[in-house]
Amino acid sequence: MITLQWAYTLVGLMFAAFALLGLRERANPRRLGNAAFWGLMAVSLLAGSWIGDFANGLLVLGLAGLAGFGALGRSAPPTTGPGERTTLSYQHGNRLFLPALIIPATALIGSLVWVFTPLGASGLIEPKRETYIFLCLGALLAVGAIGLWLKPPALAPLEEGRRLIDAIGWAAVLPQLLAALGTVFAAANVGAIVGEGARMAIPDGSLLPAVLIFALGMVAFTMIMGNAFAAFPVMSAAIGVPLLIQGHGGDPAVVGAVGMLAGFCGTLMTPMAANFNIVPAALLELKDRNGVIRAQVGTAIPLLIANIAIIYWFGFR
Amino acid sequence: MTHYLPLLGILIVVIGFAKRWNPMLVVTVAALATGLLAGMDIVAVISLLGRAFNDNRLIAIVWIVLPAIGLLERFGLQERAASVIRSIRVATAGRLLLLYMLFRQATAALGLTSVAGHAQTVRPLVAPMALAAAEKEHEIDDASRERVKAWSAATDNVGLFFGEDIFIAIGSIVLIQATLASEGYDLRPIELALWAIPSAIVAFLIHGVRLSRLDRSLRRRRR
Repeated sequence: MITLQWAYTLVGLMFAAFALLGLRERANPRRLGNAAFWGLMAVSLLAGSWIGDFANGLLVLGLAGLAGFGALGRSAPPTTGPGERTTLSYQHGNRLFLPALIIPATALIGSLVWVFTPLGASGLIEPKRETYIFLCLGALLAVGAIGLWLKPPALAPLEEGRRLIDAIGWAAVLPQLLAALGTVFAAANVGAIVGEGARMAIPDGSLLPAVLIFALGMVAFTMIMGNAFAAFPVMSAAIGVPLLIQGHGGDPAVVGAVGMLAGFCGTLMTPMAANFNIVPAALLELKDRNGVIRAQVGTAIPLLIANIAIIYWFGFR
Repeated sequence: MTHYLPLLGILIVVIGFAKRWNPMLVVTVAALATGLLAGMDIVAVISLLGRAFNDNRLIAIVWIVLPAIGLLERFGLQERAASVIRSIRVATAGRLLLLYMLFRQATAALGLTSVAGHAQTVRPLVAPMALAAAEKEHEIDDASRERVKAWSAATDNVGLFFGEDIFIAIGSIVLIQATLASEGYDLRPIELALWAIPSAIVAFLIHGVRLSRLDRSLRRRRR
């Protein structure tokens, strides 16, 4: 069976190649830092399942130390210049889009075929993980197609990948670290303490303040934790179920679904949701790390008000 | 009172992000402090951190697209995307992003959250197209370029967040269902997914209005 470990191994080998190729780049004074950082990621992906929790923990401290004390530098792998690219883009025309579409098309068609045909029951791929496997397959097919058509130098796929990963830098790893922080918070009962505090803020008996604290609590806790998934069990156990559903007879479907969406409004406004807000800022080479959040706040706040109104009007008919 | 000590971890995160210290360091220190203040020993905290990091390696898989995206950039994909948009007379940054938002919401509602994204589509296609549309008539200044790029990423996020919950088998629906079921409310996922539709429509309207205002303000900055 093709398991997620296959995908981890593939991505791990890619990071190992980034580390090794980075070492060769004498022009980058911090090449050792870059190589160590991507090398540790390679170890995590290749061997993380076998080295044990404590060794994984030390690996995390290593990643954080390298990133935190400025060990990573910008690299300049060999690639084409702006003028050259314009010429190439006219030469190859709209056919350039085809390889770009291979990745989403493979992920899309592969997942659909897997879900809607008997193939899905064949047990060839780890259940519910098929999209990730097809994403990897699509990426390989795309590199293969470009290689056959445009014949770039043999190392070009890895050098171009390294160019992008070094442009993103440590932000590529931050989302995973934030998810780990969420687990530590949960183990330390932070959720229960926050829920207790939120309950104390509600005056007895009235519906609107309870709805407001529920929704705003979802937003605040989502902003702290970086995702609404951690906030939802806390706020529903503290307020959603005992006060809104049991106390005021609210519709559990509305309170649950729209409460979660209120939390999503918080995700739009926090740097803790790094993979949505910080990674793209790095990926698009924005000068302002919080530029994406700034663009989102104006949508998030009116949308939050709308979600509160939906809970209040439709949840308590 | 010691009961509240683990909350200091939250304080570290808030201060660290406000002071713009390196987030990797801030998050690690906050995790260690929270665990220690909750009474775990240092080996247990480091092990917990390691296990959780390891359990979330799924997040790293998306980087597998980088070699293909980088290769296409090498051969002028971004430039091609831009020139296609320049050839469409009615294209503006706002209209283009609105169309992308519709695509993102619709595919996410079908459960296809990984077919698009910041690495897969925004950097190679959406951002260069939106920039080309914004620059079609006149040059725009650096601040406006930054804004168009940020709005490209923002539109992807809003489309994803307020589309995915319409799909019944997405993680958040499963989580809502499981959480409420454990409290004795056994709902069907479809009931939850239906209640994601009103918010999805409102999100499209609000963000759409803001996108048309983005067009207007870009036009003003050109003069």
